[in-house]
Parts: sequence; structure tokens; C-alpha cells
Amino acid sequence: MSKAFTPTTAKPGVITANDLREGHNVWMCDDGWTADPAQATLFEDEAIAELALLKAIGQSDLVVGPYMVEARRGPNGPEPAHFREAFRQTGPSNYYHGIQAAKKTEASHV
Amino acid sequence: MFDARPVDTDYVRHRAAQFRAQVARRLDGSLTEEEFRPLRLMNGVYLQLHAYMLRIAVPYGTISPDQMRMLAHLAENYDKGYGHWTTRQNIQFNWPKLVDIPDMLDHLASVGLHAIQTSGNTIRNTTTDAFAGAAQDEIADPRPYAELIRSWSTDHAEFQFLPRKFKIAISGGARDRALVAAHDIGLRLVQRDGQTGFEVWVGGGLGRTPMLGQVIRDFLPEGDLLPYLESIIATYNLSGRRDNKYKARIKITVSERGLDVFKAEVEDEFSRRRHDFRGADQEALAGFRDRFAPPAFRNAPFDGFEAERKANPAFRSWADTNLHSHRIEGYTSVIVTFKAPGATPGDASAEQMRLLADLAERYGHADLRISHDQNVVLPHVHKSDLPALYLALREAGLATANAGLTSDIIACPGMDYCTLATARSIPIAQEIAEHFRAEGLEEEIGKLNIRISGCINACGHHHLGHIGILGLDRAGVENYQITLGGDGYDIPAIGQRAGAGFPAEEVVPAIDRLLRAYLELREDAGEPFIDAYRRLGPAPFKAALYPETADA
Ligand code: HEM
Ligand code: SF4
Repeated sequence: MSKAFTPTTAKPGVITANDLREGHNVWMCDDGWTADPAQATLFEDEAIAELALLKAIGQSDLVVGPYMVEARRGPNGPEPAHFREAFRQTGPSNYYHGIQAAKKTEASHV
Repeated sequence: MFDARPVDTDYVRHRAAQFRAQVARRLDGSLTEEEFRPLRLMNGVYLQLHAYMLRIAVPYGTISPDQMRMLAHLAENYDKGYGHWTTRQNIQFNWPKLVDIPDMLDHLASVGLHAIQTSGNTIRNTTTDAFAGAAQDEIADPRPYAELIRSWSTDHAEFQFLPRKFKIAISGGARDRALVAAHDIGLRLVQRDGQTGFEVWVGGGLGRTPMLGQVIRDFLPEGDLLPYLESIIATYNLSGRRDNKYKARIKITVSERGLDVFKAEVEDEFSRRRHDFRGADQEALAGFRDRFAPPAFRNAPFDGFEAERKANPAFRSWADTNLHSHRIEGYTSVIVTFKAPGATPGDASAEQMRLLADLAERYGHADLRISHDQNVVLPHVHKSDLPALYLALREAGLATANAGLTSDIIACPGMDYCTLATARSIPIAQEIAEHFRAEGLEEEIGKLNIRISGCINACGHHHLGHIGILGLDRAGVENYQITLGGDGYDIPAIGQRAGAGFPAEEVVPAIDRLLRAYLELREDAGEPFIDAYRRLGPAPFKAALYPETADA
């Protein structure tokens, strides 16, 4: 996993994890967790982000392994800053599976 | 102490039921993730880049048609229709839901398969030659010994918390096809004065600090196998480092302490432990031998095979590439590669698994093997059945004539699936395979091992590739380092780094330059890449990879 990351205004971040039951990737949003990374809450304030991460860690009945990772402000919502996170958002390159397939059918909220 | 508990279905059912209760407790909140994680890992359940992953052992690579059909059933009902063969004779499912895994384990238990000790710091699946019991050069079938090791190591109380995971490989052929030098312990069956025994290697392994094993015993009588293994592992369990996970492997223990010191401790331990076994292990071994009795081979003409070979060039090319010599006249072993150009190395669909199960029943004495190079072998096929078998395979896209050639690449899942990855492996493997097929160079290049890993853990065995490729993260961009001259088989060798890494889009052009240089440099078409490399040294090959720095 990526090194511990603390967001700032210059380098904002999102909180991501895996869904406990299903295993798929999820992102923290204003009202819980979403499978659509563009809906994720973008954190720019260190203190707020740390509180949110603590909250995420406390939700171990919903998610596994939450962590904060750098993201950019995109036209439609947060975008990944590193290729690892990009792959987590697009699914594997060999099949149209995972989140890329899910996205086509639903913009699901957990 | 040896307790000849067979790894039977009751036992694996019981373990599956235990795990079902643990999953329920995780889901109802009575277990935290920290408490649950070691329990799920004990049952082969990882959390990977996109989803959970379940790793199932195929003991020493031997799998029956019914077991294969069960894997197909799991792929279809709990995954996305496929599974992934690994280099250690396991299968990995990349998309199961945690809530479904207890059901998957129950299904596996019903056919005697399980995920026990496919993770954790325990003795992992003991691997062997995919041609065991069939190869022409075989000294003895390694599988009864592998089964003995399995029954002894499964839930062995003393070895559940080793400093690090522990891998044993055992080879029965005169030629080593089990990569014994790259394992924590490697065993080679040998004969001395009419007695069967083992040459014992210790301290090999790849990963961050690749090392080849060393011979700790040049002849161990077969009756001493378990007490000697137990002594090695007990010694390592005590003296192996636990302060740093990268230094916790037996290769570090042996190299830091020196083979002689380590060996003296092992022999001392052995003198005490061997009496504890009191023959129970040998009785168990005798029972396991019966289980691996050879099938009822038939003695029938196979002129049809030669006729088809002459008449059909596609069949000839497949037969000349994908067959392996059998010890019985008229028989052969068939390599079914999961490396069609464009395919993900080692991915098998449910339909393909079912077809292989059917074909093994019809033409292969109901025997199938998962090979370390992520392929499947039908070990016993009568030559007269080859034309029909070939047609059936071809229809399923499984008759690619590339066993041991450029496109028969071993690739780990890399960053397309693995959380530990620093770059992707699969697209690179796909591009290389497609490029050399499209260029029509594959047959001309001949035997070549390309191996790709997506990080330094070296699951794709890149150090043992004639050409090895290691994916790295260079300032947020995928970058690939090339190693040359590795070999896992005849002359074990660890590949040497050729120079600076390449961006993803430059890997194929670099390998193209390298292989075209080889075609120019080789003595004749009979000199494989690795031989030319050994004869000429790295310089001309590095020059081809890095033309800009070549002539200074
Ligand atoms: C995606 C799931 C996987 C994970 C998380 C994983 C993890 C690891 C780790 C951490 C190591 C290094 C351990 C050490 O040396 O201390 C390792 C080694 C190894 N893995 Fe994997 N692996 C995965 C999949 C695979 C696959 C798919 C293969 C086969 C294609 C494989 C084959 C191996 C082998 C052969 C080694 C031993 C290399 C050596 O000799 O040291 N693994 N794996
Ligand atoms: S080599 Fe690295 S990237 Fe590849 S499977 Fe192993 S741990 Fe994952």
C-alpha cells in the first residue's frame, strides 16, 4: 500500500478502502461509502482529513483497510494522482471487470 | 513426531466449517479485522487490489477431472468465469465475495481440495515436476514423497509460526523440472548403489535477495526424509531471523551463518529427531505409493499419429513443440499452454477447465497436472489419440504450439490484481507474445524463457528467466528492468541486471532488438538464446538493448 499521506490544499486526497462483504473498492463520500470514485469527498484540510480517516477506521463493520491517498480535482470529481489508484478505478487491464464493469450499469451507493 | 493423518475430506470439511463460523463472527462484528485477518490468511483469503482473492492448493500439481470440474464450477458461480494458475501449482480466484468463501471451501472439501497453508508463515504446497510418473528420464515418481510431506506438514503444530513462509520442491527426473535450487528446500531424487534417496538443497529463493540453494546432503536415504526435513525446518525456526521480514527466509539464515554451521546444527537435531518417527512415516509412504500406481497403459499401434504428423503441418508444429517424452512406448505427455497470443498467462476459463477434464477422461487416464509455468499437462496420452485430442483442443483455443517458446511467458498478476505490485505484468506479457507471433519470429527464435514480475517479490520468477522483466515504479510511472541469463533448470542461474529500466512502451522494442541480435549472433539455429548468452557473455546483448551507449 502507498505511504501514509496527509492532504493539503495543494495536494488534496480521498479516503479509499475495500467493501467488507464483497471486497470491491469503495471511496468515502459525504454520506457513507461509494463505489463511484468521482463521488468521493476531496479532503484539503489535514485536521478534517484525519478525523475522517479515524471515522473510516471505526467503520470496520463496513470496510477493510481504509487509507488516505492523493487525488486531483477533476471536472467530474476527484481523479487519481498515481497510476495504482487509477487502476483501482478502472479495473484490471486484461478484462472489462471490477469497477469498470460495475460503473457501466450503476452509480451505486453503499 | 509424525502422525500419518491423511489430508482427507473430513478434515478439510471440518476446517471449512471452522472458517464459516469465523466469517460469520467477522460479519456480525464480534471479530475485528485485525483479529480476523490471520484467520482468513490461514484459509488462503487475501484482499487484493480490486477484491478478495482465494488461493487454492493443487497438491504437487496433480488434479483429477472431478476436481478440475469443481474449479470450473467455482469460477462460474463465485468468480467471473475464470481462475489463474500460479507458478507454485495453486489456482487463484480473483473476485470472490467474502460471504461466499465458506461455500467455496465446502465445495472444494467435497472433492478433497482446500486452501489450507496457501498463505501464512507455514510450509506451503510442496511442488513437483508436472511430468511426475510419466517422464522418460524419471528416477522415481516424486508424488508419494510429496504426499508424505503434505500429510506431515499440514497443520504440523511446530511449524505454524515459522519466521516466514516455507517452500519445498521435489524433482524426480534426471533433469530438474521443479526448480529445486530456487526453493527453501529442494529435493532431487537420486539413486546410489541401488538405493533411492535425495540430494537435499537448502537456502534458495528469489524475491528481494535472490539466492540459489546449496547442497546440504548429497545423499539422504529415502527413509530419513521426514526427520531430516523436520530437522532443517526446526533449526531454521529457532535461528531464522524474525526482526525483519525480508531477512526472515532460510536463505538469509544459511548465508549469514554459513552452510557448515547450519548443517552441523541440522545434523545434531537430526540425530535426536529421527528416532521419533519409528517407521510410521514409511508405512504411510507405502500406502501413498499405491495411490500413485501407474494407470493401465495400453499397447496399441500409433501409426496414425505419424501419418497425421506428415499430412498436417499445424498438427506437426503442435506435436513437435507441445509433447514431452513418456517412459512408456507409444505414450506421450501433452502440454496445454494457457498462453495463446493476447491471453493472460495462466488464466483458465470454466469452459476450458471442463473441456480438459473431459479430455483427460477420454484420452488421458483421468490425470491432469498444473505445471509451474502456468500451463496444464495431460501426462499420459496414447499417441494414437493425439489427432483427436489436438482437434478438440484447437476448437477451444488451447492448441497454441508454443510450449517453451517466446510467448510461453510466466507472468505474475502484477498491478492488475496485486496490492503489492509496483507495475503491471499482464499487458507486457501480452504485448511481447503478440509481437513475436505477428513478426513470425517465434519458431525461429526457438526455446526461450521470458518471466515477468510486477514487483521485487518475484512471483513471476523473473530472476530465472533467460530474459527476466521486473516492473517498478519510477516517480509514478511504470518502468521495467531487464535481467539476462537466468535459468531454473539445467544450470541454475540468477539473471543479471542488463542496465537502466525501460518505460512500458519501450519494452517490446528493446526485446525485439535483443532477440534480433541473438539471431545474428548465434552459431546456428540449434543454439538457444541461453547458450548463446553463456558463450558470448552479456556485452553484445547489452549493446543491443542500449544501442545509444554501445560503442564508446
Ligand atoms: C496476487 C496475489 C499474490 C500475492 C499477494 C503474492 C505475494 C507474494 C509475496 C509477498 C512473495 C514474497 C515472499 C518472500 O519471498 O518473502 C511472493 C513470492 C512468490 N510468489 Fe506470490 N503473490 C501473489 C500471487 C502469486 C502468483 C499469481 C504467483 C504465480 C504466478 C506467485 C508465485 C510466487 C512465487 C513462486 C514466489 C516465490 C519467489 C521466491 O522464490 O522467493 N504468487 N508472493
Ligand atoms: S511479484 Fe509482486 S506484483 Fe507479482 S504477484 Fe508477486 S507480489 Fe504481486
